[in-house]
Amino acid sequence: MKALHKLINSVKPHFEEGGKLSKFWVVFDSLETFTFTPGHVTLQGSHIRDGIDLKRTMFFVIVALIPALLFGTWNLGDQYYSSLGQDADLMAKMLIGSAKVIPLILVSYGVGLGIEFIFAAKRGHGINEGFLVSGMLIPLIMPVDVPLWMVAVAVAFAVIIGKEVFGGTGMNIVNVALTSRAFLFFAYPKQMSGEIWIHDVAANKGANLLVDGHTGATALGHLANTVGKVADTPAVQHIMGMFADGGMFSLHNCIIGTIPGSIGETSAIAILIGAVILVATGIGSFRIMASFLAGGFVMGLLFNLMDMNAFMSLYPLHQLVLGGFMFGMVFMATDPVTAASTNTGKLIYGFLGGLFSIMIRVFNPAYPEGVMMAILFMNVMAPLIDHYVLQSNINRRQKRIQNI
Amino acid sequence: MSGRPSDIVTEAPAAQVYAVKPPDFTGLLPKLNVREGDAVKAGTSIFYDKKMPLVQYASPVSGVVKEIVRGAKRRILAVVIEADNKNSNVDFGVLEVEKSDRETLISRILEGGMFPFFKQRPFDVVANPEDKPRSIHVSGFDSSPLAANTSIALENRLSSFQTGIKVLAAISGEGGVHLGIKAGETYLKGVTHCSVSEFDGPHPSGNVGVQINHIAPINKGEVVWTIGLQDVANLGSLFLTGNYTPSRVVACGGSECKKPQHVKTIIGASVKSIVEIPSNSQNGEDVRIISGSPLTGDKITQDGFLGAYHSAIALLPEGNQPKFLLTEGWLGLGLKRFSLSHSFLTWLMPKSKEWILDTNMGGEERAFVVTGQYEKVFPMDIYPVHLVKSIIVNDIDSMEKLGIYEVAPEDFALCEYGCTSKIGVQQIVREGLDNLRNELG
Repeated sequence: MKALHKLINSVKPHFEEGGKLSKFWVVFDSLETFTFTPGHVTLQGSHIRDGIDLKRTMFFVIVALIPALLFGTWNLGDQYYSSLGQDADLMAKMLIGSAKVIPLILVSYGVGLGIEFIFAAKRGHGINEGFLVSGMLIPLIMPVDVPLWMVAVAVAFAVIIGKEVFGGTGMNIVNVALTSRAFLFFAYPKQMSGEIWIHDVAANKGANLLVDGHTGATALGHLANTVGKVADTPAVQHIMGMFADGGMFSLHNCIIGTIPGSIGETSAIAILIGAVILVATGIGSFRIMASFLAGGFVMGLLFNLMDMNAFMSLYPLHQLVLGGFMFGMVFMATDPVTAASTNTGKLIYGFLGGLFSIMIRVFNPAYPEGVMMAILFMNVMAPLIDHYVLQSNINRRQKRIQNI
Repeated sequence: MSGRPSDIVTEAPAAQVYAVKPPDFTGLLPKLNVREGDAVKAGTSIFYDKKMPLVQYASPVSGVVKEIVRGAKRRILAVVIEADNKNSNVDFGVLEVEKSDRETLISRILEGGMFPFFKQRPFDVVANPEDKPRSIHVSGFDSSPLAANTSIALENRLSSFQTGIKVLAAISGEGGVHLGIKAGETYLKGVTHCSVSEFDGPHPSGNVGVQINHIAPINKGEVVWTIGLQDVANLGSLFLTGNYTPSRVVACGGSECKKPQHVKTIIGASVKSIVEIPSNSQNGEDVRIISGSPLTGDKITQDGFLGAYHSAIALLPEGNQPKFLLTEGWLGLGLKRFSLSHSFLTWLMPKSKEWILDTNMGGEERAFVVTGQYEKVFPMDIYPVHLVKSIIVNDIDSMEKLGIYEVAPEDFALCEYGCTSKIGVQQIVREGLDNLRNELG
């Protein structure tokens, strides 16, 4: 360790002001502070400081994402083989999965961090660690067979337009990862819907290799097809059959996560493990998660009671484990920068977010991923919610004066 | 924290040099009454405030003015007095509190040099003698780490303390005097002429700002005075004996302190006379000497002096060594580092465990990202994050609305301690209060 520290110090002069490589100071600085928490001491104010910093905070979010990442990788392989009706062992499935997931992660980090480095160097501040999380979230909310160049474009768009134009980390209004997903959704609607949720499903379909029922569409894609149709036609009943016990999208399968979908979003269990890590370490807001869940459940229950079409009749709990609801709840809605910042505001923000997620997905078949739209919408609304929460505090203060 | 001061009290040897430091008193513009070489008694006015000429700042001991230390722009940093150990006092005469009116009391406090110990909110500056405060608040305990124990700090001084409270009651407005004591502590329970409230819980429950917010929050236009626990007793002594009595029991602690204990000394005494400075701090590199609490105090050198409002001295290790990421750095399990964050395993350990804290920043300054942290350690009906943000952008209207009149920098000390983005919150609040004060004239 001492040797490493010496090495870093020995190359340091090259990067400092006037050195040959001073343009790359930001890169050097981020690597140096990555290996050693620097020996900076407090100069004013509180002499003692907590050990928590942004690096540690962000790292714990990554740790929380690992279960979803690992499961997603396995599930990708599992879906591939089962769509072909073949059996394969764990290693084979992980191999197929890794071959798809690792390039996605590399592209996401490569493009995103590259842009962050450039902006940090230009603005002369340290690299904010925010993208460490965004860069991991983005691959997890992508369909399996999304072309890598699209991911690169989406990441660039999200980081530049979604974040840097607002002033960088901490200033963005909407969640960066969701921005990339929304960008793809609207810019390439054709490529982002239909048969891309299982690896190579389109090609295999052409070659007539697919097992019955595997169309490569997500659960929500199927459900969206039922909207506007009479409930007791065979087509609708066939779809709803997939959601019954023993069907492809049974409650059991949806909780475990063995269904087609974005890489990280399918398994409620893996996501909940992440949620436990975030809540136990105090890094993710329990308020937001709980109220988001409650909001979704209430909406699902209301729809279930109204029962106006097949989609609405779905059991509320089933609604919650479909699509990106869980993933959005734990990893997207809780983004502290874009969520409401007051404690009361967080409850309102979460509840409405959950509510709208289910509402959008049921009412508007064009946007089966209601969660994405709902969270982006609530991101924009969060400052307004905070404003009213603050206003009530301000009013309380002013009332005190009047009462004298 | 490790190095908690023991309950032993020792009398510090009489220090050779003392200092009155204008920077201790926020908002003060000093105008000297003495020159280098002048002889002074304890209670002789050294300087007064240009903006409030009535407020006199007194010499703590008798002796000779040795040096007037000036900084940039000839700003006076300290008036150093060499003690002659004769303990001669200016005699202001005994005054019976019950038989005197408010005006007499105030003028005695002013000439007796006790007035600078009154602070006012809003702005957290030395109070203005021309104001009549709505109420006067005294915190009966210090909840910050390594702080002095109330019953030791006021040992044998209860009658002075009671007299001091009577004085406060006589000069306060209709809001009276409020004393906040620690729940379950009986030492100050019998004090009369004030309303006593009990406060339970960890720091900052002993902060007077928190207590005010819970008893009767400050409204725009109102002025509230606060005064330190031991200063109330010193105030009482002024009336009982007729002498300026700047006595102070100081809690000396911290993991680098050889003998953590309480020491009886005089305000402004040189730190050397109070506590043994470890040899590795001679060059000022490995040990931080703090006058006051580790959360709010001032960094001083080994030749420094005890601050006017301070009742603690802490010696902490300087955290100037880089920490490797996996062992003690940002990726460590966190078995050794006390933290408010549950991402360190230390939160599972018993609360009674004492930690060694150093002065490392624990990371670099970053954009403000994480929310909900400040609120956890800010037990007032105020939104700290939003208030701080309104100060950063200097939005006076929002600051007022969000309650800036109710706060002092010390109330934000724990926010600063726990801040993930390492933002210097106390400094921001101080600047905000100063700006606002200038703005309002």
